[in-house]
Amino acid sequence: MDNAATTHLDPKVREAMEPYLGPRFGNPSSFHSMGKEADNAIEEARKSVASLLKCRAHEIVFCSGGTESDNMAILGVARANQKAGNHIVTSKIEHHAVLEPVEHLKKEEGFQVSYVGVDKEGIINPKDIERALTKKTILVSVMMANNEIGTIQPIVEIGKIILKWRKKNNSPYPLFHTDACQAAGTLDLNVEKLHVDLLTLNGSKIYGPKGVGVLYIRKGTKLEPIVFGGAQEMNKRPGTQNVAGIVGLAKALELGQSEKDKENARLIKLRDYFVGELLKIKGTKLNGHPERRLPNNVNVSFLNIEGEAMILYFDAKGVYVSSGSACTSRTLDPSHVLMSTGVKGEVAHTSVRFTLGKQTKKADLNYVLKVLPAIVKTLREISPTKFKYDK
Amino acid sequence: MTNKKPDLKKGEESWLYSEEIKDHFYNPRNVMTDEMIDDYQADGIGEVGSPACGDVMRMWIKVDPKSRKITDLRWRTFGCASAIASTSVLSEMAIGKTVDDAKKITPNDIVEKLGGLPKIKIHCSVLGDQALRAAIENWENK
Repeated sequence: MDNAATTHLDPKVREAMEPYLGPRFGNPSSFHSMGKEADNAIEEARKSVASLLKCRAHEIVFCSGGTESDNMAILGVARANQKAGNHIVTSKIEHHAVLEPVEHLKKEEGFQVSYVGVDKEGIINPKDIERALTKKTILVSVMMANNEIGTIQPIVEIGKIILKWRKKNNSPYPLFHTDACQAAGTLDLNVEKLHVDLLTLNGSKIYGPKGVGVLYIRKGTKLEPIVFGGAQEMNKRPGTQNVAGIVGLAKALELGQSEKDKENARLIKLRDYFVGELLKIKGTKLNGHPERRLPNNVNVSFLNIEGEAMILYFDAKGVYVSSGSACTSRTLDPSHVLMSTGVKGEVAHTSVRFTLGKQTKKADLNYVLKVLPAIVKTLREISPTKFKYDK
Repeated sequence: MTNKKPDLKKGEESWLYSEEIKDHFYNPRNVMTDEMIDDYQADGIGEVGSPACGDVMRMWIKVDPKSRKITDLRWRTFGCASAIASTSVLSEMAIGKTVDDAKKITPNDIVEKLGGLPKIKIHCSVLGDQALRAAIENWENK
């Protein structure tokens, strides 16, 4: 029940990767036939990813994962375009892989940043993005779907606002980046429909391998590399490519995108059933939006029960979940995402995230629902706090 | 070749909890249950922490006025595994002690009894000694 953290490797993906972990171990930069074989595999993967994103193959850059892809987009675009302006717009609920490079640019490199908030259901208002734009804005970065509360953000609308802004000001800026790591298995990634210039994907959330990511970079977008030392990936990301990983990511994306309509319908049914049952328990609250959320995401606060305690009681029953509680983060801060939706600390600390996956069946949810009442009863009884929700 | 164990103090550098913590967390001792709370004649009550920060502890004690010994102690904790386990283990340490000795229990004593705690957790979650002192002071001021 923690598929948003990471997913298992699909056997079909593993099968596609295996030759490149075994006999086909060539370096794609070598001139001999073994190198060529590896290079061909990467180029086929590039074409496959490009066909799903409806872009050109050379606009796809492979790297080491979602975090590097986000860093490359933020740092690379900001540094390469700083003559045009030094202002960045992003949201308060981004992943740390976006927030931290943005903070770095602000602290160390003289950039200014506007953080756009969300409503109480965790959705960004595109008008707030519009209001944050200035003639100095060179980059807007908004995630496609949130990793904690699963809310799906209005990327198309934000994209349109940015296009309009550019036209009105007769400027190529701002550029628009979206982190689609959580959305890659379930949402449409057509970059033309989304109106994005940069898009981040990774393998480990879509039943593909860990340690491999993609950055889509629209042709003509100036981007400075953040890694130096070779000409690989069109000079944008040096280093010998992770051939097996790239092949695996492309296969995983292909499978995920082709199965998504059927799988989404199945997951939404399961999700809504599960949410309905969870909310029957007293003192519970759904975090995020009831409909505009990923088909596999359920995030519920169980008032008066601290999230880490809940995780470990679930763990003892063989159920793996996560929480926005401070106690489960190494910084001991409660989830910045939940706090951005305006909930109080005691609600953030009591949140539990269940994320369903391809292998989740209704029987699994029923097992959780079976063990849950006893856990809730035990942990509520030992809690001195007796908060109630104002309904 | 010897089977010498690594020098690391158990739990100190790792994020994982010791067996002792798990035991107290999954089988907490001396909890104030819903059944007993209405009729419990506490001599002192103490509470520390705040729900916004993620930890709250409340403690109820019974004290024999003659011997000044804590004859019973009950508690409730909102918090993570180390918060719950540390309050539970403290309850076992304090019962039978005189209030003067109980006041001397430090977070370090609790951590040691638990077989170590991840460092980051000690400051925020070991609040039981403060709750106990608050309960004792409440009794003393009656």
